[in-house]
Amino acid sequence: MASSILMPALSPTMTEGTLARWIKKEGDQVSSGDVLAEIETDKATMELEAIEDGVLGRILVHDGAEHVAVNTPIGVLLEEGEDASAADTVNLAEGGDDKTAPASETSSSSAPTAPVAAPSPVAEPEWGETEEITVREALRDAMGAEMRRDGDVFLLGEEVAQYQGAYKVSQGLLDEFGSKRVIDMPITEHGFTGMATGAALTGLKPIVEFMTMNFSLQAVDHIINSAAKTRYMSGGQMACPIVFRGPNGAAARVGAQHSQCFASWYAHIPGLKVVAPWSSADAKGLLRAAIRDPNPVVVLENEILYGQKFPCPVADDFVLPIGKARIEREGSDVTLVAFSIMVGVALEAAEELSKQGIEAEVINLRSLRPLDTETIVNSVKKTNRIVSVEEGWPAAGIGAEICTVAVEQAFDWLDAPPSRVCGLDIPLPYAANLEKLALPKPEWVVDAVRKQLGD
Amino acid sequence: MGVTADAPIPQNGPALSQEEMERAYREMLLVRRFEERAGQLYGMGEIGGFCHLYIGQEAVVVGIGLAMKEGDPSITSYRDHGQMLVAGMTARGVMAELTGRSGGYSHGKGGSMHMFSREKEFYGGHGIVGAQVSLGTGLAFASAYRNEDRVSIVYMGEGASSQGQTFESFNLAALHKLPCLYVIENNRYGMGTAIERASASKDLSKNAAPWGIPSRKVDGMDVAAVYLAAQEALEHCRSGKGPFLLEMETYRYRGHSMSDPAKYRQRSEVDEMRRTRDPIETLKAEMTKHGIDDAFFKAVDADVKAVVKDAADFAVTSPEPDESELWTDVLVGE
Repeated sequence: MASSILMPALSPTMTEGTLARWIKKEGDQVSSGDVLAEIETDKATMELEAIEDGVLGRILVHDGAEHVAVNTPIGVLLEEGEDASAADTVNLAEGGDDKTAPASETSSSSAPTAPVAAPSPVAEPEWGETEEITVREALRDAMGAEMRRDGDVFLLGEEVAQYQGAYKVSQGLLDEFGSKRVIDMPITEHGFTGMATGAALTGLKPIVEFMTMNFSLQAVDHIINSAAKTRYMSGGQMACPIVFRGPNGAAARVGAQHSQCFASWYAHIPGLKVVAPWSSADAKGLLRAAIRDPNPVVVLENEILYGQKFPCPVADDFVLPIGKARIEREGSDVTLVAFSIMVGVALEAAEELSKQGIEAEVINLRSLRPLDTETIVNSVKKTNRIVSVEEGWPAAGIGAEICTVAVEQAFDWLDAPPSRVCGLDIPLPYAANLEKLALPKPEWVVDAVRKQLGD
Repeated sequence: MGVTADAPIPQNGPALSQEEMERAYREMLLVRRFEERAGQLYGMGEIGGFCHLYIGQEAVVVGIGLAMKEGDPSITSYRDHGQMLVAGMTARGVMAELTGRSGGYSHGKGGSMHMFSREKEFYGGHGIVGAQVSLGTGLAFASAYRNEDRVSIVYMGEGASSQGQTFESFNLAALHKLPCLYVIENNRYGMGTAIERASASKDLSKNAAPWGIPSRKVDGMDVAAVYLAAQEALEHCRSGKGPFLLEMETYRYRGHSMSDPAKYRQRSEVDEMRRTRDPIETLKAEMTKHGIDDAFFKAVDADVKAVVKDAADFAVTSPEPDESELWTDVLVGE
């Protein structure tokens, strides 16, 4: 019986892709394992292989088609001897019988659901004209701009050069800057982070890309003991102008070792600065600031945000200050404080609350160390309520710090005890349903706010 | 040159000129007397915390110092006082850091294990075993990046030679042909554990062989042997051929730190080493053979004694850091 060939999910966070080209033509014999087509994901170009023998009866999505959603039927596979007209009988509804699977371990039937599109921030008014770019492009542009500006800046990490970035963040940088300044590293975080830190002690300005921040644990001694403390221990003689960056927090279905937030870990350390961009403007402005900063800066990115588009100032000199939060939405009834991907969750919660007659003010922290306590406290004095929203665990988390700031500095203005919305206090599970249950969502924020209001 | 240089280093005449011998003697004696005084000040409560003395190992740092060029950066572990003195840092500044005073190199905020000198290209002073190996590889990376004619000297104990990041660094340095001289100071004991009980590798000089890094095992109690080996190794690194590894067979007379009762070895082992292999006595005997008379030794002894006394006096009279120092130097620009 004829069956449909579906657009596969080729990475944990892929929700759509480009059908680069068909390798097989309509009418071609296909054996199991043959490459049918090339699919471009947001990270790489992958081959789609047949898992059954047959004949490629019909091509439904043609070469070059962009934004093809995962699970969309892209072709029809006929059984041996079946007439081409059988292609018409196939149920082409999304998620039909899955008769092909990609070479990767993820089959399309278990593809993750698309992340909810986050509400867009208003543009940075003071920076003028903007363009819609992805967070990934913003990060790449930031590095490119700073590398053009300063020959001491270079990028090193796993797959940053020839592969163009494990998450394609460094795409094109090798071509522009060459292998002296965009340097592939072996999978040895401890050694290469120490090497980069040593180079920074001489005044060079390395950008260390961790494929994910989870692997920064292998190098955490150098981040904390070598990079953050040397200024102090040398009585101000030495400086360490270095950036440690990479995706932080949960991606999608990659399990406990690859899904955790290190915000409170690094924000705990004197001698470090820590930023956590949400939008493309955040990413570009904060990463540029981090590279220029004469201190070690940890940039906590988010894999799910990489592919999301936001307006970003086009001005050549666009940069954001480290240590300054941004009010993404003004409101009078409650303050929601979030960073990174949770800013989107907080904004969605604010929309829902608004429907219920509650106006939330949403603060995008942008910077976790130093923390912009002034913006938080001023907001609380206006709204008299505060809820912090973070993906990480509650114990000794950023939310604990936010609530303490509110209690210590705005106690008399509070109408209810501050509260936290956090990821559940467990290693993140793999199963789709369990994972979904473990991570903060807008409803949790709405509930927390309503609880403060006495509901 | 093969991966491990087993053949003797070719040599025309004596390894050290008279001038070099005199300098070596003076520097080794300075390190020795400085460390003895530091031990004394520790006993008096003037120095606190951890304090790791270099006594016995002087020939290593002094021999390498003779072969280094001005501007070559160096970095080491927490047994660092000798390295700092040989790098040209003042005895006053180092001793005052040991006593935690404002006149110390880090204004009293670093202590024995954490001292630096930008001016003398000394990059610490690192309290975490092995950290300096990858940091030092980074110093070499920076020289290569900037096309500078500098070789980074990276000291480590034989304990650090088994660290994962040491092997990661060997790999990176060989891969990128970095001008990096790794020096394993094998003083036989990693804290209280004898090398035989800590390393399955019986010849540490071969530890970088898988990466094609040439190496030598050197009598680290003989300053002339150290100098010759260092010259050859530095020349290799300087000529763009990549890293080199020297294993120095040396010995520390004192405990790992001041609080180490050294129950893991016999007193007689230490005494035997001091009696037969002491680097300062060995050089002195050699110099005497070359006709250098007692007047020279007496003059140097008196001079070194005066330098160390001055340093100690300074270190106990320099004021403690001002309380305002508490909040300075956390970040650049604040």
